[in-house]
Amino acid sequence: MDSAQTAEVGRFQAQQSEWDRIAGTQEFKDLMATKKVFIVPAFVFFIVYYFLLPVLVGYAPQFMATKVIGVVNLAYLFALSQFFMAWTIAWLYVKAAGDFDKLAKDIIEKAESRAQAPAQIPSQTSKEVAR
Amino acid sequence: MSTPLVMFLVFIAITLGITYWASKRSAGTSAYFAASRRVTGWQNGIAVAGDYMSAASFLGIAGIIAFQGYDGFMYSVGWLVAYLTVLLVVAEPLRNAGRYTMADVLAYRLKPRPVRAMASVSTLTVSTFYMIAQMVGAGVLVSVLLKDSGINYKTAVIGVGILMIVYVVFGGMLATTWVQIIKAILLMAGTFLLSILVLAHFRFSFGDFFNAIGHVTYHEKGQEVVKDFLQPGLRFKPPYGALDLISLGLALIFGTAGLPHILVRFYTVPDAKTARSSVVWAMALIGSFYIMTTFLGFGAATIVGRDFISTHGGTNMSAPLLAQALAGNIFFAFISSIAFATILAVVAGLTISASTSFAHDLWTNVIHKGVERKAGEEVLVARVSAFVVGAVAITIAILLGPTANVAFLVGLAFAVAASANLPVIVLSIFWRRFNTVGAVTGLAVGLLASIGLILISPSIMAIDPPTLTGAARHLIQAKAIFPLENPGILSIPLGFAGAIVGTLLSHEPTSEHKFNELLVRSNTGLGAERAGAL
Repeated sequence: MDSAQTAEVGRFQAQQSEWDRIAGTQEFKDLMATKKVFIVPAFVFFIVYYFLLPVLVGYAPQFMATKVIGVVNLAYLFALSQFFMAWTIAWLYVKAAGDFDKLAKDIIEKAESRAQAPAQIPSQTSKEVAR
Repeated sequence: MSTPLVMFLVFIAITLGITYWASKRSAGTSAYFAASRRVTGWQNGIAVAGDYMSAASFLGIAGIIAFQGYDGFMYSVGWLVAYLTVLLVVAEPLRNAGRYTMADVLAYRLKPRPVRAMASVSTLTVSTFYMIAQMVGAGVLVSVLLKDSGINYKTAVIGVGILMIVYVVFGGMLATTWVQIIKAILLMAGTFLLSILVLAHFRFSFGDFFNAIGHVTYHEKGQEVVKDFLQPGLRFKPPYGALDLISLGLALIFGTAGLPHILVRFYTVPDAKTARSSVVWAMALIGSFYIMTTFLGFGAATIVGRDFISTHGGTNMSAPLLAQALAGNIFFAFISSIAFATILAVVAGLTISASTSFAHDLWTNVIHKGVERKAGEEVLVARVSAFVVGAVAITIAILLGPTANVAFLVGLAFAVAASANLPVIVLSIFWRRFNTVGAVTGLAVGLLASIGLILISPSIMAIDPPTLTGAARHLIQAKAIFPLENPGILSIPLGFAGAIVGTLLSHEPTSEHKFNELLVRSNTGLGAERAGAL
């Protein structure tokens, strides 16, 4: 079943040791580190910012009812700000992801050229590895 | 023929034309399930928005805001912000590592058969609940709108059901995608027009508009009341309102990233980069739409008024009635047919994700151990199951009848998605130790906890006065055991706990060994499925 499972997916095929090797390369570690630097803080920020809204609305309704401009209160403005928060994070993420793409492209090209190198052919035929 | 009927027929004719065009092009498995992965970023973004903005958002949100003001707007906020979870956590890894369904990603490092079987059960559960809610909604809407043309609830449900079966069975993902796109554009255009008309009513003065929202007059128990509709607390009241609000937020933020009909959309694009851009397109559309619910909902509250809406079809008719009040019957027909298109498109999206999961996960990979015995068998099975899913949804929707309380079905869909699907997707991508037992226990606990908690929640359990009769009565006449309407705050942690405990109690070295493969694939896109030729 494992071979059927592997064969059904994608064009690039490699054995276990190759995936482990790629996962251990400096390029891949750099990619993961670059992603983490953006994604973790962005995720934590949006979760905290978002859940402040139901928490404040639920537990401090009087405070949130404070009128800011005319009849428009804090609750409505804070809710509205969530939309712009979401759009801003999405925009920042797309900008940051350009860097992820560059790093990933590098890794893909190296892996594919290795797979096509003549020295790699024997290992491709002895594909079944102990699992 | 009445104007709404003519507009409905025009929309149906256009979408059937698309289905015919798509049926000529949908040859092959990848073409049928994933539109050959050739859908572009903006197209898929609009289609994601089309899949997502259901009758619940258009008719439901406008209604909740019209009746309960600010608290209804909380749904709008959560429904957009939820896309950050999709964008930051699931869209790209899923596109990189999967093929047609959510279970593809889980099956990488885990034992495919038990994991696919459980994931398929959860996918079918979410899709079916969601679909029945839409079908009942469609039946009610169409029968109210086309009463003059002699179409009743039953005919309407059967009509909607047959149409969606035709789209999915003959047109596959390509036709479904274009139905979503057309519907999303219509919905945005209609909402925008309606918003402009609301502002025009207040002579384009935001000050006047918000002042009116601050003093909404209606009758409650025969008494005239004036309320500030921007004030929180009209829906979520003490003692459990605050917790319910947080619980709802959790279900929305974590449920969207586990909705099968949204997840399958990311397989229709050529690569992870396009998946990302489609989420951003979707966020632009969905965000603008939900901001405009301010005008729809508060517009209906101030211009039409609660009293009038209550006696003319109820909360769900708020947006169409607003259109009628502002620009007469033609516009009323236009907005109504947009609502109809909305429901059709969402139901088609749900049907294709359910039938794909059945054919790809259960039939090919669980029953036939990952080998498609004959070329084209998987597509054939999917077509047959789309037909069956459609027939089942039609039957249940008719049995439940037009007065069924369906809001909890959509809530249930989100809760199951957040409590069962999301924990296993996240843990499978991020946790090396995660294994098959953990995935199965996580899915099972998440599924049972969310369904169980809803069964003992105020949506199902309450003591009604004897004067209330029919399907509007609660199913169980007793005090609710679980006090919240939304189970997320308890069921999501339970889903995670189930997955973690199951993992820690068992040992599966292959899953840990294969983690590197999934890690590299999902993060780089190495070896990802490519776009096919048409």
